[in-house]
Amino acid sequence: MEPARGMDFQVVVLAGGFSKSLVPLVSKEVPKALLPVANRPVLSYVLNLLEQNNVTDLIVVVEGETAALSASSWISKTYIDRLHVEVAAVPEDVGTAGALRAIDHRLTAKDILVVSGDLVCDVPPGAVAAAHRRHDAVVTALLCSAPVSGPSDSGSSGAKDKAKKPGRYNIIALDPTKQFLLHIAAGAEVEKDIRVQKSILRAVSQMEIRSDLMDAHMYAFKRSVLQDVLNQKETFQSLRRDVLPYLVRSQLRSELMSNGVQSDENGNSKDAMQNSKILPSQLLANESTPSFHELYALGPDGSASITRKTHKCCVYIANKSNYCARLNSIQAFSDINRDVVGVANHLSGYSFSAQNNIIHPSAVLGSKTTVGPQCVLGDGSQMGDKCSVKKSVIGRHCRIGSNVKVVSSVIMDHVTIGDGCSIQGSVICSNVQLQERVILKDCQVGAGFVVTAGSEYKAESLAKKERP
Amino acid sequence: MEPRRVPRTVSDPKVRRVGFFAPPDRSQSGPPDPTSSSPPVSQISPSGNSLSPVMIPPPRNLSSDMSRHFPPAPISPIRGARGASDSSVPVGSYNPSEFISPTATADFSPGRSRKGNSAEFASSLPTGGIGMVTQNNVPASGLTTVSTVRMPKAVTEKERLAMGEVQRDQQAGDLKPLKEKMTKAERRALQEAQRAAKAAAKSEGSKTQAAASGANAVNANPVKAPKVTPSKKDSSSVAASEKRDGDRQPDKDRKKDVPHPRMQFDDENRVEKAKKRSVMKQTEARSRVELFRHLPQYEHGTRLPDLESRFFQLDPIHPAVYKVGVRYLAGDISGGNARCIAMLQAFQESIRDYSTPPEKSLVRDLTTKINGYVSFLIECRPLSISMGNAIRFLKTRINKLALNLSESEAKASILSDIDHFINEKIILADKVIVKHAVTKIRDGDVLLTYGSSSAVEMILLHAHELGKQFRVVIVDSRPKLEGQALLRRLVGQGISCTYTHINAVSYVMHEVTRVLLAASSVLSNGTVYSRVGTASVAMVAHQFRIPVLICCEAYKFHERVQLDSICSNELGDPDAIARVSGRTEINYLDGWTNSDNLQLLNLIYDATPSDYVSMIITDYGMIPPTTATNAEQDAPRCRCPSSRERRQEVRDIDLPPRPATDAEQNAPRRRCPSSRERRQEVRDIDLPPHRDYYDSNRSPSPRTRDYHKQ
Repeated sequence: MEPARGMDFQVVVLAGGFSKSLVPLVSKEVPKALLPVANRPVLSYVLNLLEQNNVTDLIVVVEGETAALSASSWISKTYIDRLHVEVAAVPEDVGTAGALRAIDHRLTAKDILVVSGDLVCDVPPGAVAAAHRRHDAVVTALLCSAPVSGPSDSGSSGAKDKAKKPGRYNIIALDPTKQFLLHIAAGAEVEKDIRVQKSILRAVSQMEIRSDLMDAHMYAFKRSVLQDVLNQKETFQSLRRDVLPYLVRSQLRSELMSNGVQSDENGNSKDAMQNSKILPSQLLANESTPSFHELYALGPDGSASITRKTHKCCVYIANKSNYCARLNSIQAFSDINRDVVGVANHLSGYSFSAQNNIIHPSAVLGSKTTVGPQCVLGDGSQMGDKCSVKKSVIGRHCRIGSNVKVVSSVIMDHVTIGDGCSIQGSVICSNVQLQERVILKDCQVGAGFVVTAGSEYKAESLAKKERP
Repeated sequence: MEPRRVPRTVSDPKVRRVGFFAPPDRSQSGPPDPTSSSPPVSQISPSGNSLSPVMIPPPRNLSSDMSRHFPPAPISPIRGARGASDSSVPVGSYNPSEFISPTATADFSPGRSRKGNSAEFASSLPTGGIGMVTQNNVPASGLTTVSTVRMPKAVTEKERLAMGEVQRDQQAGDLKPLKEKMTKAERRALQEAQRAAKAAAKSEGSKTQAAASGANAVNANPVKAPKVTPSKKDSSSVAASEKRDGDRQPDKDRKKDVPHPRMQFDDENRVEKAKKRSVMKQTEARSRVELFRHLPQYEHGTRLPDLESRFFQLDPIHPAVYKVGVRYLAGDISGGNARCIAMLQAFQESIRDYSTPPEKSLVRDLTTKINGYVSFLIECRPLSISMGNAIRFLKTRINKLALNLSESEAKASILSDIDHFINEKIILADKVIVKHAVTKIRDGDVLLTYGSSSAVEMILLHAHELGKQFRVVIVDSRPKLEGQALLRRLVGQGISCTYTHINAVSYVMHEVTRVLLAASSVLSNGTVYSRVGTASVAMVAHQFRIPVLICCEAYKFHERVQLDSICSNELGDPDAIARVSGRTEINYLDGWTNSDNLQLLNLIYDATPSDYVSMIITDYGMIPPTTATNAEQDAPRCRCPSSRERRQEVRDIDLPPRPATDAEQNAPRRRCPSSRERRQEVRDIDLPPHRDYYDSNRSPSPRTRDYHKQ
């Protein structure tokens, strides 16, 4: 199959590396992309979504060689014969913009769809691409309604205290038709006030500022423009923080059009008679619904005496019924795990039992052990007697003793839990050993950690000494 | 004359479903046909009457086809010697003089061959269009090759019985009077044919060396030759392209081509079928307005998101075409010219990226591809008539490509053809229209226009540039309010304007001296098919005795006849009229759209009867609406002999007279009225005295019927 043909779109998945915000959870062995969500690496949600939408050629960019190795081995094992995936390793900490810069030479299609690898959603990526094409935009961002639980921008030590604060993901300004992006700022970065450009406001005349939307980190870029920006602005690190706001800011005084959009449109018509060629485009422009960009470009009196260069930044706002979340904090990790087996269980790809849970046939349950709804119990796991599991995900080959309570927690693979433990709202990574009568509440336990018998922790992050 | 309907229907199924019965159409039986040399009517047997003696001659190599359809009968005494089957008859072998002299065919019994044909037609009708085109040729080929057959009476009789009732029913009672008419028509047809043959022979001879190789090319294709002529440049490839024409089209394409545009959406079976092959998932609207049930109507909210979300699944659709489709659907592009240009440019782009898959021929594969694109676009929004004409043009060009062209040459040729179409049929046409129309604008005029039309806008701007002093009244209407954009541009240029809504048109009409309107299409009975509201404006203007000028490029003309705006129309988003933009407090209909008792009707087009139209300004000049068919080169291919009289009328309205001929001289001539009324007229007034007038003007008349067959 020919890559980048069809719709002339290339898909790049930015899978990240060892994200610092997820520190006790990620480790050398488990990069962020492979963190299990309902016992499946988070990356698989994006790949499955793309696969469902007939996108079979894609580039996965992973930060760091080792992470790339483990990611690519997992991908080739899982998606062999189904997807044609190129895994590209880029240096760590180059940021999302840097990652794209590094694979610059591989980008050939007319437009690029950039998807974050930590996205768990069911919004068809085609919709973003289509909106992008329809408006001939330079960038189109997917916005979805922000989940009601806590914010994820702070990103330090997890769900400590801010879980109940009202979340502010992004401050986003839209035009009245809700198609164009006029302003975007990360909610956490906004101190007191936001500054909106007067020129944009004047051109649009009406602006809608919303804080209930979240930038889902799925962007469609016009390739020529993206490459221009990345090359010209070498300091740009992040797509979300630098490139997107830059494009939005400069949409009415575009500097990149000299070789970007305009030439794309007119380049193919040079052979035709020049002055007669102006006419069809003018005809087209007159009879199509103008966006404020075009009106602005025409100038105040409607005459095209000075054409101002503009470009369009579009948004696609996902339906409220769609699920969309990003795994970019520990809080988000627990939330997504909860949702994928709960409200958004169509994403998990499992078929749920009548009790609304999944218990692998090879799992062994002791007597009087109950597994409630919205739970997953991986294959080969064993549980002793009188245990109770509620709203939790338990990985593969775990050995859980008797009288253990697990509530709203995530337990990864190969975890050993002694008798009488109580685990609530916690994340326990692979190969952790909990001895008898441990009580954990809202904790994260890093991989391979051993919690001594009888200890009790609340809202702490436990990991081996190697933590930075 | 009833029988004529048969070939008519057969050859162009699109017309078949027009809401009322369109009687025999001489445009089809094209007088220039050589085959019209067929017998004097007196010799046609009663049922033979059912045969239109005037038919389309066969593509040359159709003989095999023909033999398939009715092998045994047409062995003529003359030809019989040569071979038992017609297929063995060398295609171009008959003598042109044979059909130039009517007597040669005296004994021909058309009844027989026609019967065979019509029977087949009857049986194949329900199955749709595949066989139609070929059948159409069949009787013709039969006719030409069998021209001297003396049919055993018994056979005819027997066949007649076998032929079933269908036909006889159709023949109704009006056989007698029709017969009379036909005589006249026939005589004329005969002359036409001779002339056509002469012209064809001449043109062939002068044009191609290939023709020199014998009578072959000349007499086999007296009509096909002109078909090639419109493109002056490809004379070198005539021979090759002719051969192509004969090739059977992939039947599939035709089938796909045929039923779509005129589908009746209250026919559940067909809707089911269409759904199966559609690209998009379309939810049918639940509450339909009774009169408009047959039109496609979907839940408007659901289509765009569905189409968008399946972006990556629509692999066979070229991105450029997809983009245009989405923009149609979202309403980003509207207006006939803009939509047509956008579509053609998207096709250009897709052709640029096209490469023929191995083991396929470019012509066929590309046609299939284009067909796919077209049906995709239809799903996004029904095609306008102008777009249909453009597509037809494009397909014709593709089919006419010489086989020996390399892929890149072929692509370049198509691309430049499209460029030419855009430039000549749209851009240049608009310029010519502007030139004509500006002569009708005088100082002190108050011009009223409705909605927003590119042509009208150009006229106004040009008149302003010429320094004419006039004022413009822009009448607009909900929900699109397109007039505002026009208003903005005109005021920006310093033209003094009045803006009002259509509710006030009767008031504002007092001061108006001219009404300039645009059309989405002009139909062959002079009906103007245009943005809804146009009819009201024209009617009010008519009442006030104010001339109504319609500006319409010739490529938007269509042979269809339509008397109302019901049988063919388009439905817009009903929500658009339920809501008032910018006024959220007007929400009386919120949540009511699903009520069973409420049906919202948002019509897009209406039909303005020709009575209300004083004049149509096309790129071929200014014509009265009743001769609308003249102006068009592609779609309508007939010319009404009475146009001269009608032209007189135009001068009589208060517009300055102009040399009547310039339009006509440029316009390719075709004669044959296409609606019942006009035909009646033609019959009554008899032929104009100076027939040679037409002769002298008629270039080897390009028969464009092939556009319709493609």
